[in-house]
Amino acid sequence: MTGIYRASARLGAVLASLVCGPAMAQTLTIASSAPVTSIDPHYHTLSPNESFDGQMYERLVDHDAHGKLIPSLAESWSLKDDTTWEFKLRPGVKFHDGSNFTAEDVAYTIARVPRVKNSPASFSIYTQAVKSVEVVDPQTIRLHTDGVYPLLPIDLSQVFIIPHGLGADPTTEDFNAGKNAIGTGPFRFVSYKPGDRIELDRFDGYWGPKPQWEHVSYRMLSNDASRTAALLAGDVGIIEFVPPTDLPKLRTDPRVTLAEVISNRSIFLWLDHSHEGPTPYVFGPNGETLAKNPLKDRRVRLALSLAINRQAIVERVMEGAAIPTGQYLPPGAATYNPDIKPPPYDPARAKALLAEAGYPNGLRITLHGPNDRYVNDAKIIQAVGQMWQRIGVQTTVEPSPWSAFVSRAGRQELSAFLLGWGVSTGEGINPLRAQLGTWDAARGIGTANRGRYSNPTLDAMVEQALRTLDDGARDKLVQQAMALAMDDVPVIMLHLQKAIWATRKGLVYEARTDEETRAVSVKAVP
Amino acid sequence: MLTWLVRRLIQALFVVLAMTVIVFIGVHIIGNPVDILISPEADQAERARIIANLGLDQPLWRQYLVFLNGALHGDLGRSFVFNEPALKLIAGRMPATMELAVTAVLMSVVIGVPLGLYAGLKPNGLLGRTIMAGSILGFSLPTFWVGLMLIMVFAVQLGWLPSTGRGQTAALFGVQWSFLTWDGLRHMAMPALNLSLFNISLVLRLTRAGVRETLPMDFIKFARAKGLSPARVIFVHVLKNIMIPVVTVVGLELGSTIAFAVVTESVFAWPGMGKLIIDSINVLDRPVIVAYLMMIVLLFITINLLVDILYTMLDPRVRLETKG
Repeated sequence: MTGIYRASARLGAVLASLVCGPAMAQTLTIASSAPVTSIDPHYHTLSPNESFDGQMYERLVDHDAHGKLIPSLAESWSLKDDTTWEFKLRPGVKFHDGSNFTAEDVAYTIARVPRVKNSPASFSIYTQAVKSVEVVDPQTIRLHTDGVYPLLPIDLSQVFIIPHGLGADPTTEDFNAGKNAIGTGPFRFVSYKPGDRIELDRFDGYWGPKPQWEHVSYRMLSNDASRTAALLAGDVGIIEFVPPTDLPKLRTDPRVTLAEVISNRSIFLWLDHSHEGPTPYVFGPNGETLAKNPLKDRRVRLALSLAINRQAIVERVMEGAAIPTGQYLPPGAATYNPDIKPPPYDPARAKALLAEAGYPNGLRITLHGPNDRYVNDAKIIQAVGQMWQRIGVQTTVEPSPWSAFVSRAGRQELSAFLLGWGVSTGEGINPLRAQLGTWDAARGIGTANRGRYSNPTLDAMVEQALRTLDDGARDKLVQQAMALAMDDVPVIMLHLQKAIWATRKGLVYEARTDEETRAVSVKAVP
Repeated sequence: MLTWLVRRLIQALFVVLAMTVIVFIGVHIIGNPVDILISPEADQAERARIIANLGLDQPLWRQYLVFLNGALHGDLGRSFVFNEPALKLIAGRMPATMELAVTAVLMSVVIGVPLGLYAGLKPNGLLGRTIMAGSILGFSLPTFWVGLMLIMVFAVQLGWLPSTGRGQTAALFGVQWSFLTWDGLRHMAMPALNLSLFNISLVLRLTRAGVRETLPMDFIKFARAKGLSPARVIFVHVLKNIMIPVVTVVGLELGSTIAFAVVTESVFAWPGMGKLIIDSINVLDRPVIVAYLMMIVLLFITINLLVDILYTMLDPRVRLETKG
């Protein structure tokens, strides 16, 4: 009798679980927009990888949804003297393998980062400022820098901590196989199928608030239309990088909730500053070669900028998934300068400026850009081409795949071309140094300065900011430097992309300016 | 037979060599993989270090010789992106593509031949005409669009099938296959159908044309006059005679279905080789591109070889030696 009773009770439980599906309710399926190429958090500085790593691993310092620095594995940090940063580490944090998180692990991680074998883009750019590491006690670590370096906490907000128990030089393959895939994050590794999905389970020893999801399935759906379809079909709970063409439809769909925020990714046109003489793709109005590069003249650059109707691009081409901008950062970001407005649309003044610069009959320009990199990239340059046409600049538009485009842009073979820049650090020194700093291989400045813009006054101001330890004073300097730079029109700023997520009804996501998708920030609502 | 085989293999070797040279030069002209892989925030010293690390600082001819030397030892290089041997990467993705392609080609035979046979026997019937009209849609509609429509109808509207991805897998001979589980089959249904639509139409039309051509022939009339049952006439005498073009096409289509399943794979997020090769081309991951194309060339050569051997079984008049 009791046997039967027990059996039926068990059957009842099974039936109940089938009907209510609690297991299903606690599984979150995320559709990411690009393949994750490695589980090794120090292998490749690739945003899809970093976005995934945030589920499993943690950094000393993290960013909140608005890009502000917040404590993570470090509870606090301070400058001991001009060249020494001290980080107080969070006690009671465990790794997925059960070991305790201590200063040893931080030292181990910083030592490992530059040693990853065959890394195609190393995280050492974020650790190279550290000249030596001093473990004071298990909960305290001091990092010594070469000279004053106020940006160290920001740099370290990109570096995921792994346990020192992994031994000397753990291999990337062992991370991908799961053996080394150990972090302190809210979810732990279960399996990785390259190009398909990564399965994760909740880590019950997590120090922070307990995540709502028992299981996370992280799927890679790079095709835009399929990603939207998977959401509508209910196969996934949340999708990232919602394609703008689907936006109008999804905004009115009762099955879907959208989360959007203006991201740190700006889209702009680079102009060639490297050639004093003729630049490769700018000619006189009748196709004649010009003696000097007209793009070196600020009036010409300003004319090209004023000729663009940014509002129209944002509304028509981007379907409202962007805002016009005149600088690299969105309102609300650290060092955002509210005095820099998006350049107005003024074709009459643009024409006058061109005439004043000695080109009353206009110019002939070929505008290049990628067609598979940024949201609607090819359509944007087509729109710009038509707008330039209206001020008498005959424009040929040439979009091409990123792989064929980017090398040419980096060799200064182009005259005007579209690019984007996501400010990973969330503050202005990053673009001012990497984008607009004078190209200097020895000092590592101007690394992304593909137009080879050079402005010694700007360089000096940024250098001064980098040596300023007081946060308020430094931010002021950066704001001034940004105003100075933008007034000279080194690049033609167009817009800041919005980062947009779509969830099934009943789920909400806290949109992040850094475009990362985190399972812990997806919440079920009644 | 043996000289023929040896000759075929030597030809194959030259095709593979020529292909590797073309890929090396092609990728070199398009751009530098480091420009795509590297973080734009990395400094110039880091960039130089990575270029040297990947061996891209060497002149192209030397890079090619290094590759040839490795290939002779069974090493086709490591992927720049994944830091894993290119062959291992491709082998890991191969079962997914193989099961999809083989299922699609099987479907094209199982569905295409009977439909074609019917349309050939009853060319003026309503059903026969409908089949022929349908086949026009089958090969003229773009795979990409059909795939999305399938998802919209069966996954989004009706909710019968999962929209994308590969389902649960089970091991057979140490390899994970999804056709062994119910969930796997449900996931495979739409991509396999999408991939086979074109082939179904092709096989169907070939079969119909063959039937129409064979029916009025003398040996069919004699077979009928001899009093053979209609079933035997159709399934033995007609069918066997129309199989040569069908086998040729199915063989070639198997090759191209495997090699070019990429559109279907990306629409359905199917983790096969096609997606791998497209991603690799986008980032100029040369070792993977070279290894993949070498494999595809070998695949086509093998399939052609098998098709030639099948001919001799289907048609005793064909002799391999005389064909050369």
